[in-house]
Amino acid sequence: MTDDVIRAVLAEHGRLAVDVAALDPDADLYQVGLTSHASVNVMLALEDSFDFEFPEQMLRKRTFESIAAIRAVVDGLTRAEVD
Amino acid sequence: MTAIDLTSASVVERAQRISEDVAGPNAEAVDRHARFPVESVEALRVGGLLASLIPVDLGGGGAGIREVADVVAILGRGCASTAMVYAMHQIQVACLVRHGRTPVLAAYLREVAADGLLLASATTEVGIGGDVRSSSCAVERSPGRFHLTKEAPVISYGAFADGILATARRTPASPASDQVLVVCRRAHTRLEQRSDWDTLGFRGTCSNGFTLTSDDDDAYVMPDSYADISSQTMLPTSHILWASVWLGLATAAVDKARGFVQAAARKSPGSTPPAALHLAELVAVHQQLADLVQSAARRYDEAWGIDDREVVEAMGFVIAMNALKVSASQLVVDIVSRAMQICGMAGYSNGSPLSLGRLLRDAYGAALMVNNDRINANNAQLLLIHREH
Ligand SMILES: Cc1cc2nc3c(=O)[nH]c(=O)nc-3n(C[C@H](O)[C@H](O)[C@H](O)COP(=O)(O)OP(=O)(O)OC[C@H]3O[C@@H](n4cnc5c(N)ncnc54)[C@H](O)[C@@H]3O)c2cc1C
Repeated sequence: MTDDVIRAVLAEHGRLAVDVAALDPDADLYQVGLTSHASVNVMLALEDSFDFEFPEQMLRKRTFESIAAIRAVVDGLTRAEVD
Repeated sequence: MTAIDLTSASVVERAQRISEDVAGPNAEAVDRHARFPVESVEALRVGGLLASLIPVDLGGGGAGIREVADVVAILGRGCASTAMVYAMHQIQVACLVRHGRTPVLAAYLREVAADGLLLASATTEVGIGGDVRSSSCAVERSPGRFHLTKEAPVISYGAFADGILATARRTPASPASDQVLVVCRRAHTRLEQRSDWDTLGFRGTCSNGFTLTSDDDDAYVMPDSYADISSQTMLPTSHILWASVWLGLATAAVDKARGFVQAAARKSPGSTPPAALHLAELVAVHQQLADLVQSAARRYDEAWGIDDREVVEAMGFVIAMNALKVSASQLVVDIVSRAMQICGMAGYSNGSPLSLGRLLRDAYGAALMVNNDRINANNAQLLLIHREH
């Protein structure tokens, strides 16, 4: 589920040069065209979709380097909200 | 080559001598003829200042960004073109120091230090405008080798450089934003000049346009992505050192305004010259610029000293460095204009000792070197999500 939302956000806002549906979870998003400008839009859309705010220390390039990396951060944040 | 003893004095003292005795006296001729400040760069080389930022174990001076920023500002007081050449060289050196951790690149840095090599930059590309975070040219690899052809509309002192660091897409299949930084060594690189450099200011940087073609060992393609090199090193170093050039230039303008007011005061002791109040205002604005630049240099120096990537990768740091560039590039124009108001015709006339023409023309370049509109647009986007201050 989380994965699908992340992929949908990336497809709409990531401006990637490849088909997001077929992307390996560990593929480097920057190597397929994610720019820092687009990554901000991805962050905004993820915050809206999951209803959380990224803490400042997670607003860095590494957080968004792959679908798996985003997933790990999203899981951590949604779990924190439940706790 | 000169009577200056460039070996015993401190880095800052050597910079002061070069600024006052070499760069300053040649600044008008460099500007008038748009010629490269050969004698100043040679003095910097002889004085070991080109190697200041290189670690001691690689044969350099082991200085930090703060010390180099001070040197840049001192040079800028004498000749802004010389200071800009020195600043741009140090920006390339900083990228190699921080991101050239392979044996081949470390050996190259050792060579840069030992031979006093001068490094230049080709980030801008024909057809891309000032968007340095995208490239259309690409690195082509064959086993162990690379080939690069880049249409570069502006390479400062390209014809005088021993090496040029050029951005390019990682592979011919890579998107425009997936860039690497390639070290193009002179012996392996051909430059065909495509355009002249006849500008209002920074005329001595000789920033002609070239078609750059380089073929070399692929170990000279730097291993880190340009995204990382740019955000962690090139962007903060550029903004701090460019702002230091503008600070030096602004200080030269204040020197002239002070000279004018003090000459007037000497003519009529007891009555404060009318321009003295404007000088007080001017010095307050100059202090804003000096404090802005020095605090940014200190902030980066602390992170540099302990190689703290957490600090430099944080969004707040990028926003601050972008804001530094925009503020400093505006303050320098304000300062030179205020000095003009004080000096009057003496500042407006060409050839007068208080002439401010060159300083004013140089100052207007600041907002265009990576256009402030682009930098503000970048910060506007980051501020959509940035929270802490
Ligand atoms: C003294 C000096 C030395 C230089 N040396 C070098 C060098 O050694 N190597 C090198 O590679 N480059 C160098 N440059 C080039 C410089 O850094 C810029 O990248 C280059 O000048 C591009 O500027 P531009 O005005 O042509 O284009 P742009 O930056 O594209 O600006 C042109 C206009 O377009 C507007 N604009 C376009 N797109 C946007 C956008 N997305 N957001 C906001 N505004 C936009 C700008 O506001 C501006 O009005 C040097 C420049 C100077 C002045």
